Amino acid sequence: MGFSQSRDPSGVTVLQVEGQLIVGSRQELKDLVSAALDHGDRRILIDFSRTGYIDSSGLGALVSISKRIREAGGELRLSGLNEDLRSLFELTKLDTLFAITDTPQQALTSF
Amino acid sequence: MTSPLRLCVRRSPAPDADGAATLVTLRLPSDIGCIEEAVELVVRHCLAGHEATRKTRFRLQVCLSEAISNAIVRGNREEREKWVDVRAELFSDCIRVYVTDEGPGFDPSSVPEPIRPDQIDESGGRGLFLIRKLVDAVHFNPQGNSICMTLRRP
Repeated sequence: MGFSQSRDPSGVTVLQVEGQLIVGSRQELKDLVSAALDHGDRRILIDFSRTGYIDSSGLGALVSISKRIREAGGELRLSGLNEDLRSLFELTKLDTLFAITDTPQQALTSF
Repeated sequence: MTSPLRLCVRRSPAPDADGAATLVTLRLPSDIGCIEEAVELVVRHCLAGHEATRKTRFRLQVCLSEAISNAIVRGNREEREKWVDVRAELFSDCIRVYVTDEGPGFDPSSVPEPIRPDQIDESGGRGLFLIRKLVDAVHFNPQGNSICMTLRRP
């Protein structure tokens, strides 16, 4: 369980969720996004290609993160959701709140 | 620092469980750092010896994580001296999982629908909704401190 952070050559901050995004790990993701915003980053991609499952705390953390980025004048993209993970967003209607692409590459070109 | 987890999973015939072939029980402390390991242990034992689809595994993982998280954070308020009990009754056609905390309980009907337009932007309130969507049946005990989730095997 953890996160890896990188910077795309185009300047997008890429955060990869490795393992689960649940109540015990959500704060770390929020802190990483806060640090990126404090650093001046405004385009942030969160990729779920290596994610197992997400609970409601994880979904809630993404809602909070989305608000923070929007308030800072930035943009957030989500990518790499498999069928199961995507179903969580659809069931909770959060697919209408986030810009979601199939792959990180598609997300990077959509900023 | 390694968390001093003391998790124990017991598999035994469950003659008192209305025909359940196997009973799996697990007790964990009110520490959110224990949730992932607890989920993996229970899911592994629930699905052992059965052909499980990826979807069944995923649903069980999410709902267990959700229920244990609720029990620790909302039920026991992360008080370390309080415990969470997980009991899984394994039938040939379904899995029934109880998650019980030591809190005062709550009224599940008081939780607002998180997909309402005025709720969609809220950061909390999706846990029980998700559980209801992902399993086949959900029940609570009268006190509201024990949830029972039934998931049919495919």
